[in-house]
Amino acid sequence: MTRLLILTTALAGAAGMASAQSITVLGWGGAYTQSQVEAYHKPFTAATGITVISVDSDNPATPIPAMVEANNVTIDVAVVEYADAVRLCDEGMLEVIDHAILPPAPDGTPAMEDFLPGMVTDCMVGTDVFATIVAYNTTAFPDNPPTTIADFFDTETFPGKRGVRRGAKATLEMALMADGVPAEEVYSVLATPEGVDRAFAKLDSIKGDIVWWQTGSQPPQLLADGEVTMSIAWNGRIFNAAVAEGQPFQIIWDGQVYEPEGFVIPKGAPNLDAALQFVAFATSTEPLANAATWISYGPTRASSAPLVGVFKGDGVTPMAPHLPTSPENLANALLSDYEFWVDRDAELNERFNAWLAAN
Amino acid sequence: MRIPPHATPLERLWAWAYRALCALVLLFLIAPILVVIPLSFNAEPYFTFTPRMLALDPEGYSLRWYDTLLTFGMQAPEAPRDAAWWRDAWKNAHWIRAAKNSLIIGIASTAVATVLGTLAALGLARPEMPFRRAVMAILISPMIVPIIITATGLFFFYSSAGLTGSYLGIVLAHATLGIPFVIITVTATLVGFDQSLNRAAASLGASPARTFFKVTLPLILPGVISGALFAFVTSFDEVVVVLFIAAFDQQTIPRQMWNGIREQLSPAILAVATILVMVSVGLLTAIELLRRRSERLRGLSPS
Amino acid sequence: MAQSEASSPGPETAGALTTADGRPLAAALARASARARRRAFLLVLPLLAFILVTFVLPIGQMLLRSVHNDAFPRNMPALTAWFSANPRGTEPGEDAFAALAADLKGLRANRTAGEVGTRVNYEFSGTRSLFTATARNAEALAPPYREALLAADPAWGDPRLWAVMRDASRAITPNFYLAALDRARDETGAVVRAPPERRIYVLLFERTFLVAGVITALTLLLGYPVAHLLATLPLRWSNLLMIFVLLPFWTSLLVRTTAWIVLLQGQGVVNNVLVALGIVPDSGRLSLIYNQTGTIIAMTHILLPFMILPLYSVMRPIPPSYTRAARSLGASSWTAFRRIYFPLTLPGIAAGGLLVFILAVGYYITPALVGGASGQLISNLIAFHMSSSLNWSLAAALAAILLAAVLLLYWLYDRLIGIDNLKLG
Repeated sequence: MTRLLILTTALAGAAGMASAQSITVLGWGGAYTQSQVEAYHKPFTAATGITVISVDSDNPATPIPAMVEANNVTIDVAVVEYADAVRLCDEGMLEVIDHAILPPAPDGTPAMEDFLPGMVTDCMVGTDVFATIVAYNTTAFPDNPPTTIADFFDTETFPGKRGVRRGAKATLEMALMADGVPAEEVYSVLATPEGVDRAFAKLDSIKGDIVWWQTGSQPPQLLADGEVTMSIAWNGRIFNAAVAEGQPFQIIWDGQVYEPEGFVIPKGAPNLDAALQFVAFATSTEPLANAATWISYGPTRASSAPLVGVFKGDGVTPMAPHLPTSPENLANALLSDYEFWVDRDAELNERFNAWLAAN
Repeated sequence: MRIPPHATPLERLWAWAYRALCALVLLFLIAPILVVIPLSFNAEPYFTFTPRMLALDPEGYSLRWYDTLLTFGMQAPEAPRDAAWWRDAWKNAHWIRAAKNSLIIGIASTAVATVLGTLAALGLARPEMPFRRAVMAILISPMIVPIIITATGLFFFYSSAGLTGSYLGIVLAHATLGIPFVIITVTATLVGFDQSLNRAAASLGASPARTFFKVTLPLILPGVISGALFAFVTSFDEVVVVLFIAAFDQQTIPRQMWNGIREQLSPAILAVATILVMVSVGLLTAIELLRRRSERLRGLSPS
Repeated sequence: MAQSEASSPGPETAGALTTADGRPLAAALARASARARRRAFLLVLPLLAFILVTFVLPIGQMLLRSVHNDAFPRNMPALTAWFSANPRGTEPGEDAFAALAADLKGLRANRTAGEVGTRVNYEFSGTRSLFTATARNAEALAPPYREALLAADPAWGDPRLWAVMRDASRAITPNFYLAALDRARDETGAVVRAPPERRIYVLLFERTFLVAGVITALTLLLGYPVAHLLATLPLRWSNLLMIFVLLPFWTSLLVRTTAWIVLLQGQGVVNNVLVALGIVPDSGRLSLIYNQTGTIIAMTHILLPFMILPLYSVMRPIPPSYTRAARSLGASSWTAFRRIYFPLTLPGIAAGGLLVFILAVGYYITPALVGGASGQLISNLIAFHMSSSLNWSLAAALAAILLAAVLLLYWLYDRLIGIDNLKLG
């Protein structure tokens, strides 16, 4: 027992020493975390000597309230979706970030003018814009490939299983758009009980063919393994699998939902100063542009856009046309309404889980 | 098991069907464990036998996934494999770090569980023990209560006690989960234990401590060790409590596997699985040897 | 009990036996046995204390949350005071709305609207947004508050909302148990069933017990013949075959679950073999995983040793002469099995069956990894409420119901078989 105490004391001591010069960043795993490690973590460590420990979660917003409530915050920075950042900030789960720490653009434009409108909030500094899209395996549909969001729900013409994220957000919007609701009316329809019923009815039509996924790395895996022929996915994961690994994947730029995401600092983060330093560093012009060359998510600073070059994975593919913010991809796209989700996330997910469990 | 010569044709048919059924069930038990072994040597990132593997073409097999276990998480995996490379792997490779954590937690929790469990088993084996049945029921309950309930309870308790994210917290939790196994195995050994041996030692002037170390312990040692092995395996395989109470960077082998299965199921997981199967073969052998030794010590002939 | 100071037994004390130092034997024995009892108990005490602190206490503390939730009274002091001053049935007047407005301003200032909204939303779905949206603009609220709030959202006038808020204003509440049984209270406080699209927990409990029952039956069906074979073969052979049972038993749960993913997925080994043999067409590969089938197959495999081992330890000592005697008296082999052998193995069936059922009911890891949506069990839902929805009180209520069921089975096990007879490997 004494030996045990000595051992644990030694371990606690080692942990304490390590935390003085390291921060823990909670990300989404897979190719996305890889892009952040390359563009943010490694340069930050090189510049400051502070080690960045990268850890993953299905959705980094989920564990934050439990950690804060339990008074046990073990991470310093998390990457969360816009609506979650606003919601957690409203609930007092996040540190407020002073905008004065954000460095100006290289040409001297102040940070708050350089960031695209709305990309910096009280508690979040935006890093990129991603889209939830439908992708398919081209080998499954050689002659007559699907082209619209409605095709995703048409298992007659386009046979095969479908991958869908296990969650209400974006899933319900896409179901409504596939059911013929124009993008600009989606949220007004979804705000009514009939609209929610309509979205679930649309999902019901393919319920038996759905393979549910929870982490962003799963859809490319499911498509590659032939477990599904079409899947809802995040565009960057599909792009990386298609271009860097040569997988026969195609994205349908129709009826997708796009949303910004960014860094937040949970309330009570153990290394607050280093965390702020990291956020300021990583969201400066060059790292943001750099990140967009590792995965096809659009940078949030105006000054970063011209610096985005070719994909680091193959060294030739220009990134710009693959970003969710590229004009040709926005023909029938929906910007996620964060206010809607801030208020209704809990209710709709509750309904979603009841629907999922009943079969 | 021989089919008697006077058996009717129906009985013969039944006897053969019965044997076939047993063979199928035994296959069902062992095949899933054996199938991961060859697949972990797959040269391709698939979970199924490629045509080249089936043709036993050496090209179809490789050690690349075992190599991934070393390189994943390293600072400079591409560097030449000299002493610095191995130091890097030892320090940074995720799987190696997870293995170190698992071993530390496993050994510490096993020590706690074994010492406390053996003492308690000695008390429980005495005929004078009061409330024996109720106490036994409480001590065995960590094995019976669903792990999610234990994990949830510990999450709240450790949050209020400031033990979340600490190694001490995980060690105590794993010790709790391992204790029932120690109790069961040591109690089983003590069932055949002849209490008059202790009295003989005492009557010859030995102190209780001396009696314990010189007489009791050597006789129950096989049970203690096999209980310790059970406790170790319980800790080494435990993921739910770790998910609830450990910090994000406290990785253990099962947690790393859990993440791997949910994230991206690569054959690297199968390489880990293969190594773990080898570990369990070793443990099984150890348990079997202990059992034989115990039977010999207690004068039971292997019937 | 006679006292005696006599050091030598005289004729008067001949009836009461004494020890060498003259104390009555009965007293000395009683004291010695008390000492022995104390010694035995002292050996167990450290562990008992350890288990009480690291196991029983945390679970008890967690269960307390199933009836205790103070999110509403802590953050809505004015309205809570109004509720305690006015009995149920009081029409909320301007004073009630003024208290509500004051509390909403407090929610805005303290960033606690989400917490309170979530608490009320547990019992009246769809109301969380009411709190967050109104609190966001609470600074603008001015008297008369009743009109102001109803203008902000007419839902503030809903009598059901007021009934739910009244319930929530008491920290001690049985309502999470109602929710765990798909029940809710209507505006009069009467218990009613939840709307059909929200009924989930009773279904999950039923499914959990059904799946556990199916798995228990399957393990018995598969395990009985194997245990019989192992028990009747010569030890040399049965020890060898026992490896087939013990190796899975000693192998990591995650390894076994991974193995089943590899075997059962669409492009996995089983489907590939079936397609290669032409049993199923390439386009019609079986869905064996990420559904209930996957959960049942993998859990049956994982729990099978827990059935075989108790059966084996009961079957091994049954002398083969019993069945032979029955046969020689003219019983058919079926009758001999049914009337003689099978009844003797009943304790093993009870032990294995209860053990497998108890373990299956609380399973978490395997359904989480291979269960998809339809293979989730109640443990997975508890985990969901613990780490995702953060409805800790509901998680605790669900855990309490599950725990009660498991403890009942555990008690039954102790009654029928005795915990002492639990054997491993």
